[in-house]
Amino acid sequence: MKIYVCVKQVPDTSGVVAVNPDGTMNRSKMPTIINPDDLNAMEAALTLKEREGATVVAISMGPPQAGEMMRELLAMGADEAVLISGREFGGSDTFATSQIIAGGIHHLGIEEGDLILCGRQAIDGDTAQVGPQIAEKLHLPQVTYATEIVKDGNTYTVKRALEDGYMKIQVKSPCLITCIKELNEPRYMTVQGVFEADEKPLLILDYEALKDEPLIEADTIGLKGSPTNIFKSFNPPVKGQGEMLQGSVKEMAAALADRLAAKHVI
Amino acid sequence: MILDQKHLRFQKLCRQFAETEFTKELLDRLDETGEFDWDIFNKMSRYGFCGVKIPKEYGGAGGDYLSYALLVEEFARVSPVMSIYANTSNSLGGGPLMLAGSEEQKQFYLPPVAKGEKIMVFALTEPGAGSDAGGTTTRAEEQPDGSFILNGRKTFISGAPVADYCIVFAKTDPKQKGSRGISMFILDMHLPGVSCGKPEHKMGIKGYPTCDLIMEDVHVAKDALVGQKDKGFGYAMKTLDGGRLGMAAQGVGIAQGCLEEAIKYAKERKQFGRPIANFQAISFMLADMATETEAARQLVYHAAQLKDAGKEAGQACSMAKYFAAEAANHVAYKAVQIHGGYGYINEYKVERFYRDARIVPIYEGTSQVQQMVISGMLLK
Amino acid sequence: MAEYNSKAIEEFSDIWVFCEQRDGKLMNTDFELISEGRKLADQRGSKLVGLLLGDQVADLAKELGGYGADKVIVCEDPALKIYTNEAYTDVVCKVVMERKPEVLLLGASNIGRDLGPRCAARLHTGLTADCTHLDIDMNTYVDFLDKNSNVDVANTEFKMEDVNMKMTRPAFGGHLMATIICPRFRPCMATVRPGVMKKAPFDQAKADACEVEVLQMGLNADALHEKVLEVAKEAKEIVDLIGADVIVSIGNGAAKDIARAKELAQQLADALGGGVVGSSRALVDAGLMSADRQVGQTGKTVHPKVYVALGISGAIQHKAGMQNSELIIAVNKNENEPIFEVADYGLVGDLFQIVPEMIEAIKAQK
Repeated sequence: MKIYVCVKQVPDTSGVVAVNPDGTMNRSKMPTIINPDDLNAMEAALTLKEREGATVVAISMGPPQAGEMMRELLAMGADEAVLISGREFGGSDTFATSQIIAGGIHHLGIEEGDLILCGRQAIDGDTAQVGPQIAEKLHLPQVTYATEIVKDGNTYTVKRALEDGYMKIQVKSPCLITCIKELNEPRYMTVQGVFEADEKPLLILDYEALKDEPLIEADTIGLKGSPTNIFKSFNPPVKGQGEMLQGSVKEMAAALADRLAAKHVI
Repeated sequence: MILDQKHLRFQKLCRQFAETEFTKELLDRLDETGEFDWDIFNKMSRYGFCGVKIPKEYGGAGGDYLSYALLVEEFARVSPVMSIYANTSNSLGGGPLMLAGSEEQKQFYLPPVAKGEKIMVFALTEPGAGSDAGGTTTRAEEQPDGSFILNGRKTFISGAPVADYCIVFAKTDPKQKGSRGISMFILDMHLPGVSCGKPEHKMGIKGYPTCDLIMEDVHVAKDALVGQKDKGFGYAMKTLDGGRLGMAAQGVGIAQGCLEEAIKYAKERKQFGRPIANFQAISFMLADMATETEAARQLVYHAAQLKDAGKEAGQACSMAKYFAAEAANHVAYKAVQIHGGYGYINEYKVERFYRDARIVPIYEGTSQVQQMVISGMLLK
Repeated sequence: MAEYNSKAIEEFSDIWVFCEQRDGKLMNTDFELISEGRKLADQRGSKLVGLLLGDQVADLAKELGGYGADKVIVCEDPALKIYTNEAYTDVVCKVVMERKPEVLLLGASNIGRDLGPRCAARLHTGLTADCTHLDIDMNTYVDFLDKNSNVDVANTEFKMEDVNMKMTRPAFGGHLMATIICPRFRPCMATVRPGVMKKAPFDQAKADACEVEVLQMGLNADALHEKVLEVAKEAKEIVDLIGADVIVSIGNGAAKDIARAKELAQQLADALGGGVVGSSRALVDAGLMSADRQVGQTGKTVHPKVYVALGISGAIQHKAGMQNSELIIAVNKNENEPIFEVADYGLVGDLFQIVPEMIEAIKAQK
């Protein structure tokens, strides 16, 4: 059994956010992290590997600098890592990205019994689109928002979170499942893993390597192959510092109530 | 020096683990009860931290001295006592066996220690033999069958109450004077005649219990002797050499932790209508703290690199330990000072750092012993 | 009928809204999206069509007319009773390929976000996720930018004849806003955040006038690869942070007496006209509050009319989720906490002392 885990390197938006003069994010000035939901997918893959035996392949699309992230995934316990990287792939939106990753997975081979795991969404875009779109392009069934994954032979029973409850869905592999943080608690790298990561295989797939894949065509990848474009990006207006209310607890409370009443909030 | 990708990755792992796992709740509990926390120790063990520097063939990860220093530094940056949890097996515990143990001893003892299934500690100091380790009075009498009977009392033995094994130094040849005639043994802590004193009430490093180790007619087998008979003192000194590097790294971690807390506080705390960081008296203190911390770090990394390259590192380790231990105390002092009254209460992290820092220039060779080592080499 | 080609954009017309039903009941988001769709259809001068999938759900269709739908296409089949990605994708794509709408909106619910991307991939078109604002007419878009951004509208050139739907959404955890277009493909697809668009008043006459077309799909249930074993509503109360007008959130400062803090927060929310209790990440991580109450980067992004932060320091993660609230009140012991930087009103002190006084004062004011 082969488990592909799709991973994205994202800017750490929890810290200081560097913004270019034109209002776009300056990614080069921000520390990068492994997308949090993707770590849940990774953990699910490693748990399945421990229980059932599997080859875990971490796969990502990104610049060459994402290589170190791939090493970290190897240090967590992935057996192989694949980084799809090339100028031709740059500027891809979710449609084109899923096209390329699906092309990469098809190139590496996916068969009965195999599984693709993704994080629900990446924190830089929050779109949750790449997972389902990979599934569509590989003609595989999908289950999103997984909070529990149970394997029984080639059948997976997945508990899928809904806003007001859940549903349990049964699918046959090969299939694609997207994972949310309620699924598990991701592990760290291990000490041994850190030291051995450099010896494990890290495959770089560039355009040359993938160009014969049916999914990889000039008008389905990169900026040119992306149906959506950014029309404008901007900052919401900055809110000025408000008023610090003064006085005793009673006075502050009364002052607040006065102001809320004046604004017709109450 | 510039760390390579592998060391950066390892540093990241240590930092992630420390920042996530060493919660305020855990650290408060350790400080209040002084008791060993098995949960966090077991978790550390699972990830392989206890075996960082133990070779792969003995169940460890086969890391180098630089990795070991990074581990101790990163753990100490969040919690000095936690750095001791991960340190012992890689240093004073596992070190003597790696140095002088027979193949059978290494095969038998090291894998469970590397995996954290067994705890091994180190007992050199005695009530009357601290810096002057040559004053050892613990006695090991060789029996006709080659076994030994141990009698004596060791003091300030870190981790003794939770240990399975202890490296013990005892006089095998009382006729030889001073540091001669001392041998190194591996003692099973569960043998009859072995007992522990009451855990000490320490100023800091609480949560890793320290007590006396008492041996009364303890009968150990012949193969409890590690290395050559009567050569134990040399092993002790060599082990402490590596141990010094670890404690130097602990000093760097403490200094770094204090520096970060002080910067955060200086930016937040407002007096006279502005953050105190805007006052030169404070900002220059921060500059001094950062400089001293970085200088200590470079001494430690350099000493580690020398050891990894197989070069003579005794003087470099002593310099690193001496400088980093003192730096930790200078930086902790200033961090408390910047916090003012808040630095004196335990709601703020620097209060504990300040107490923890105080031991660093004392254990594994006081600053004065390091001065002796360094000057001794200069004047040789 | 011409073969489906998503690039032949001139063949596409009308605004469509995918209307989600669960248990044979329409969702609140459906009404919000139909109301928003009405505005877009008017801007574009086209028809607004609801698309409803289910089993015997035709009776629900007229209600959508009451919020502005000119027509509802109902796709019926027993296999559509409960949502499955496979059957729903097949049906939505089939109808879209036949009828060619220019715009297709979906709610950004767990179901909409499962279905939307899959359909967009099959239809070979773009999809913009979690939109918070939509325009077709350039004038209304420029007006929106003027009021809600730092863009110097007066000195920026716009192509006023542009008729692409302009889909605006937060990016990078709310640090940035981005307007996305899908100029070369149709339908232009968007999922829309629940609770963001305003529901229009219900109009019975419009409901009566709404045209309903029912299609029997005749699906082969046995051919589906996906099987739903169970659908369960969890006993937990649904926390509607996103739809709430008032949110009172608690943070680390509440940890010492979480039960009392929750009680006070709910009472304050009630005094402010009724609302829900939210939480910072710290309390969720500590297991003191449930994850569905978490506001922030990794929780929910909210913009209620009133947001009260009690004992929350205001890390950027938290601020990302609440700083666009209309009015923010912060209570914290430490006057230096960053939460006060985004607060309209700041009160320094212990929440356990201040909140009871706030409740009293607000009640007295009423």
